[in-house]
Amino acid sequence: MIVLEGKSVFNDICMGNISFYKRKESVIKRYKVEDTDAEIKRFESAKEKGKKQLQSLYEKALADVGEANAAIFEIHQMMLEDLDYCESIINIINSQQVNAEYAVGVTADNFTAMFAAMDDAYMQGRAADVKDVSERLLKILTNAEDGIQILNDKVVIAADDLVPSETVQLDKDKVLGFIMQNGSANSHTAILARSMGIPAIIGLGEDLKKEFDGKYVIVDGFHGKVYIEPDEETLAVMEKRRKESLERKELLQQLKDKEDITLDGTKINIYANIGNSSDVGNVLKNDANGIGLFRSEFLYLENSDYPTEEQQFAAYKTVAENMAGKKVIIRTLDIGADKKVDYFKLDKEENPALGYRAIRICLTRKEIFKTQLRALYRAAIFGNISIMFPMIISVEEVKAIKVIIAQVKEELKQEGIPFKENVETGIMIETPASVMISDELAKEVDFFSVGTNDLTQYTLAIDRQNQKLEPFYNAHHKAVLKMIKMAADNAHAEGKWIGICGELGADITLTEEFLKMGIDELSVSASMVLEVRKRVREIDLTK
Amino acid sequence: MKNFKYVIKDEIGIHARPAGLLVKEAGKFQSAITLKSGAKSGDAKRIFGIMGMAVKQNDEVTVEADGADEDEAIAALKKFFEENL
Repeated sequence: MIVLEGKSVFNDICMGNISFYKRKESVIKRYKVEDTDAEIKRFESAKEKGKKQLQSLYEKALADVGEANAAIFEIHQMMLEDLDYCESIINIINSQQVNAEYAVGVTADNFTAMFAAMDDAYMQGRAADVKDVSERLLKILTNAEDGIQILNDKVVIAADDLVPSETVQLDKDKVLGFIMQNGSANSHTAILARSMGIPAIIGLGEDLKKEFDGKYVIVDGFHGKVYIEPDEETLAVMEKRRKESLERKELLQQLKDKEDITLDGTKINIYANIGNSSDVGNVLKNDANGIGLFRSEFLYLENSDYPTEEQQFAAYKTVAENMAGKKVIIRTLDIGADKKVDYFKLDKEENPALGYRAIRICLTRKEIFKTQLRALYRAAIFGNISIMFPMIISVEEVKAIKVIIAQVKEELKQEGIPFKENVETGIMIETPASVMISDELAKEVDFFSVGTNDLTQYTLAIDRQNQKLEPFYNAHHKAVLKMIKMAADNAHAEGKWIGICGELGADITLTEEFLKMGIDELSVSASMVLEVRKRVREIDLTK
Repeated sequence: MKNFKYVIKDEIGIHARPAGLLVKEAGKFQSAITLKSGAKSGDAKRIFGIMGMAVKQNDEVTVEADGADEDEAIAALKKFFEENL
């Protein structure tokens, strides 16, 4: 057994035989042509054909993997039409009286070299696009096959790296996974593999040898490992894990596009929690009907300084647009307690869980808060954004927030920057105080979302990190459930809705109880969406 | 000839996608449209030229339009930069 290690871009396991991707390398011959006009015509018609191919690839990708991933084929069309590129080819044909293939080859080398020489990793990566476009022309000119591999059995595709047109043309039903010598997490192969939902491990280097072609392999995307000719023990472990993963997938297939509705017709919204704008793909893949908790902290945690309004705006806008009209509830900054950020220069606290955190920072360091609110109100134009405020304990806090929101809107108006006037706003119910005054709070906000982790910790006065307290801890403690019920009743009395976004929301042993309380929304991790949906669809509240 | 200046806000600068969109937008006008950044300049109707400039976040660019419809071109491109870059 040989074990290789690389970087996983999609968590799943597959096993099968390796098929090393065979490319028809077009050998470019240089020969003299008498009739250069005819040769230019040959190039022009190849170009038109290439554009048509790219258009159909674009349409295929649009249906398979969505607009953002399909856009690359539109860009390839533009590259094919680029005047510098075309003029270079035509000039070489004219001045050297050579064949179109040679002119394309030389031009491709020049443009590839230009990108490869740029001191910018992203642009260096674009050299692959130039190559891809040029290869397409060459294949058309030489009447070579289109590069589509006819695969008979399901295989694990191995290669140095695949260009976008190669990945998208693969018959997905025949591909178990990808193992690549090169590639980055942002290469098209990685992006497409993720959207196709198949395990892919990149950066395996030269250790991934061509002689492995046809050998049996396990691709463990959970750990970024590749086992070539695995031993029985490894095989058994992986088989088991793959089965579990498969069962989950089957669940997914059955429940996709199904409504979140009980047997007696009670509807509930099942949303997903995300911690980064890049998690949206997973949300959509698991068919969540919205995002119930978008933790905005990642913007602060990933940065070495306060994230700018534009940075935040871009992140919120992207998520809102990708969710295409589905609800996206963004929670404002929840820094403090266990989430520390150096540049905030927060003092050390004796008791951080009861300390200077979340809305308490926002209401005292208003510039930070305003920057975030500006970004949120601006981004709200691009989708269905709601804003949620954490750690609320009083009506005064909510009123203070409203004053700041009014200021932010006024400033945007004066600066002539477009924003959405009416954005749904709600609060987290995660302190016992907020539960006890939830009747008053419900008058002030559009919705509640229960953060069960903190609510449990504060209600039971139990630190979940402390192992010694384990015997005293009860996740289903009546006090917590009664609190949730109380908040729900008070929300509904004012005609407002209430959701749960903490861990308890995904606890399917409680789903029925939550439904009985009239909880309107459960926001769970993306991977739990379909499991909760399954549970909801089994419940009959009339029984 | 008309022009305007703009500071790029997009985190990865004028990468492939916005470059493609820019070429599309510039192609709508008859005027010659030039993108300048520092000592470099490029024809806004040519995707490789634009990408080759490797314009990054916080770079200041000048967009120039010269021709019959330069006013419309400048107005449209200004809007384009503000919305996309």
